[in-house]
Amino acid sequence: MTYIPISPKERDAMLEAIGVKSLDDLFEDVPARHRFPKLNLPPALTEMEAMNELSGLAQSNENVRSDLISFLGAGMYNHYIPSVVDHILRRGEFYTAYTPYQPEISQGTLQAIFEYQSLMVALTGMDVSNASHYDGATATAEAVSLAYAQFRSKRKKVVISPTVHPQYRAVIRTYVQGMELELAGDDPNADLDSQPDELTSLIDDNTSLLIVQYPDFFGRVYDYTKLIEAAHAKGALVCVVANPTALALFKTPGSMGADVVVGDGQPLGIPMWYGGPSVGFFTTRKNFVHKMAGRLVGETIDNRGQRAYVLTLTAREQHIKRERATSNICTNQGLIALGTAVYLSLLGKKGLRQVAELCYQKAHYAAAQLSQIDGMGLCFTEPFFHEFALCVNRPVEEVNAHLLEHGILGGYDLGQDYPALKDHMLVAVTEMNSKEDIDTLVQVLSEVSHD
Amino acid sequence: MIRDASSTEQANTVPPLSATNVKIVEPTIFDLSSPGRIGVTMPASDVPTTALPPKELLRSELPLPELAEVDVVRHYMHLSKFNYSVDSGFYPLGSCTMKYNPKINEDTCRLPGFLHTHPLQPIETVQGNLVLMYTLQEWLKEIGGFAAVTLQPAAGAHGEFTGVLIMRAYHKSRGDAKRVKMIIPTSAHGTNPASVGMMGLQVVQVPSDERGNVDLKALEAACDDTVVGMMLTNPNTLGLFDENIEKVIKLVHRCGGLMYGDGANLNALLGIVRPGDLGFDLMHFNLHKTFSVPHGGGGPGVGPVGVAAHLADFLPEPLVGIVEDGDNDTPPLYGFVTPAKSIGRMKAFHGHFGGGFVRSYTYIAMHGPDGLKDIAQYAVLNANYLLAKLRDTYRVPFDRICMHEFVAEGRFEGSDVRALDIAKRLIDYNFHPPTNYFPLIVHEALMIEPTETENKDTLDAFAEALIKIAEEARTQPDLLHNAPSATQFGTIVDEVKAARELVLCCWLPDNYDANA
Repeated sequence: MTYIPISPKERDAMLEAIGVKSLDDLFEDVPARHRFPKLNLPPALTEMEAMNELSGLAQSNENVRSDLISFLGAGMYNHYIPSVVDHILRRGEFYTAYTPYQPEISQGTLQAIFEYQSLMVALTGMDVSNASHYDGATATAEAVSLAYAQFRSKRKKVVISPTVHPQYRAVIRTYVQGMELELAGDDPNADLDSQPDELTSLIDDNTSLLIVQYPDFFGRVYDYTKLIEAAHAKGALVCVVANPTALALFKTPGSMGADVVVGDGQPLGIPMWYGGPSVGFFTTRKNFVHKMAGRLVGETIDNRGQRAYVLTLTAREQHIKRERATSNICTNQGLIALGTAVYLSLLGKKGLRQVAELCYQKAHYAAAQLSQIDGMGLCFTEPFFHEFALCVNRPVEEVNAHLLEHGILGGYDLGQDYPALKDHMLVAVTEMNSKEDIDTLVQVLSEVSHD
Repeated sequence: MIRDASSTEQANTVPPLSATNVKIVEPTIFDLSSPGRIGVTMPASDVPTTALPPKELLRSELPLPELAEVDVVRHYMHLSKFNYSVDSGFYPLGSCTMKYNPKINEDTCRLPGFLHTHPLQPIETVQGNLVLMYTLQEWLKEIGGFAAVTLQPAAGAHGEFTGVLIMRAYHKSRGDAKRVKMIIPTSAHGTNPASVGMMGLQVVQVPSDERGNVDLKALEAACDDTVVGMMLTNPNTLGLFDENIEKVIKLVHRCGGLMYGDGANLNALLGIVRPGDLGFDLMHFNLHKTFSVPHGGGGPGVGPVGVAAHLADFLPEPLVGIVEDGDNDTPPLYGFVTPAKSIGRMKAFHGHFGGGFVRSYTYIAMHGPDGLKDIAQYAVLNANYLLAKLRDTYRVPFDRICMHEFVAEGRFEGSDVRALDIAKRLIDYNFHPPTNYFPLIVHEALMIEPTETENKDTLDAFAEALIKIAEEARTQPDLLHNAPSATQFGTIVDEVKAARELVLCCWLPDNYDANA
């Protein structure tokens, strides 16, 4: 099956117009000894066969909607997605358009991104947002680049809280390989109880950026205002990696004084999709707008006096600045950003707060019940949002295998990343978990504890 | 802060643009908000209530819009109609491969088993996903002629960055620390030098010769023992297959450099030649160009990287591999493996699985080896057919058999018409313009890539429009200068205004100083 709309007769007429005899004649510049390799790939499938094959693969997975009850989060969350979101994303006018370089015929995409930027600003309490990054982790890495550029590469240290998502920290380590930067605080053996104050002592005059997570990787919610003040006193910038659902309930990083607020937009109406694509949001203060990577949509007018939108400040970008650009980013996550904008428009002021409160209530009910099980307990006492670290007092892998037998996807094994949290799992609860789901989890875990 | 008719602060926060009596074609989602409207109702809580944390930790105001479902649907439907798209017409945007995106992909990628799986689930529960990823790795290896593939990079530019990290790590692992220079042709995409800049490496530019190939003399002069490697797009951004490609690669290898392929133009090479066979050491694929992942109005892209055997150990972690062999009764167990000298992780989780890998898997499975070759052959046929129809009207600076695209000059002797005018006038004829002003080495460039999914009638109509426009350029140049005139939106006259006033969201930040 191909999608080529040219008949053999038309092909021959076109070859004649070109002045060659066959399709193969078009490739004489290709070295003859390597031309037309025989590709060892399976023969073509029809649409019906392809649908069968892909359905088979999909069905061999156990999914968290019909097969498993999920308490797994750790950076990607199972939230309800209203039908409208995907109906809009399936509009060919949106998903088969390119980057809006021709504003006269791209106003749909441009206005949608402009609104996405506005919604992200509203959520984070910051001044400006770009059109998005690949995901939360790469958005965080771009914050490092922003701070590095802000201090003209002179401040060589970045302090990262060990309670930032382990994979985000790993991505930052990858991104800075060409930068001669020292990463401080990125230590899984650090004292996790004394966070975040312990970070203050690491910040010095050579520090360009402090990165903290909100809620942190263990779900804990801190007011970072004092920490941010301390960082600012040393002249450093502060990046807060935020969960966007939590921002409907908790005070904004903007109001705490953060300079950059980033995060992953997946909880805002985007399916988990085995890890992607999601969208990384990136918001900052107006004075850093010229240092911010990525695309930006701005408001203007057309020659008929109509309000219109256009990609702006493109002089910062790689296709103009080439090797002097601070980032090579070219695409944003356009379609996924649109999905989050539709989700936020639909849930609005009340709906998103309601989702956040449901997550909070259900997570706290689960935590209260689970901590009553003999030999189990909450690891931390600080306020939390919809995730918490639970001590299960035996290997998490073993516990999760048992849960799986009962159709439950257990929490993330924290011992993988933090030696001190061996036998601890990170439990995530969202509005998708009913009281019955939670009670089942409690019951099965009680059996485990009595084994 | 929101523009809200009931707010008394409104007068101070409306952007200055409104003062100029601007006509509004579609209000913003914030303009449409009306307090008390509800778009979605969530179920009531079914658990005993826990007190919220102290007020100091909570936000008092959530300034999101309030709309009903129908308001939201109509708003986005209105916006969608302002867009030109592949589903609605011809999109000959050079270097972007705006081919038709098969509809089945939209269904396969949304199968619930793919949609609702968590990236950290135990591998035993997601064997379908892992088989798909493993198979796609294998297929891309075969198509590109490489020994190993990572699917992780999120876009072409992300793949390039991955590639540069791999090249640097390779030299470093051999104790070869003096290599700091990357050779890049003047015709390259801007992302190439930017990716190199991110690594603190230096760019050495080489020009093209009179046939549009890499200038071999200049390349030879640039090749020394400080070269990391060369980044080359082949076919290049002129749409030409480099006639000396094997010599180019030999020169780079001879000085100890690695040859990086920018896979932006791979659509022309499917089943025609494998970059790995030509000697490329590594290359990124653009699944959103070549393998029909839709462009989505600017993403998400997908940028896997293929490498030759000597670079396999440096790939990002993790890759998908067989972690337990199967036998006659049980299939193998697929899981994650970490390359021995991995450069690390490029993004959280496993890459653009749903939106990228599933669509591309579907596409490759439905084409098979012969179908893939058809794609390249017809993409090249269509480009050469358009070239044949247009070369008498538009100057083509490097005029020979092209691959999937070609670059013409959008200017005429004695006329003040420029490429941008021609591009905008094409919009009046209901065509998306070609890429203009790229590559930088052609004056007033119009870069035309028809792809294989256009029929002869469309190509004829497009050529006819361009020939008519050339005539208009002589007889009624103002038609071009003032274009587009047949669209809902006029020319965006004021890109300067956008950059100066920086209205980047539906209200202005407090105390914003436009001149700062």
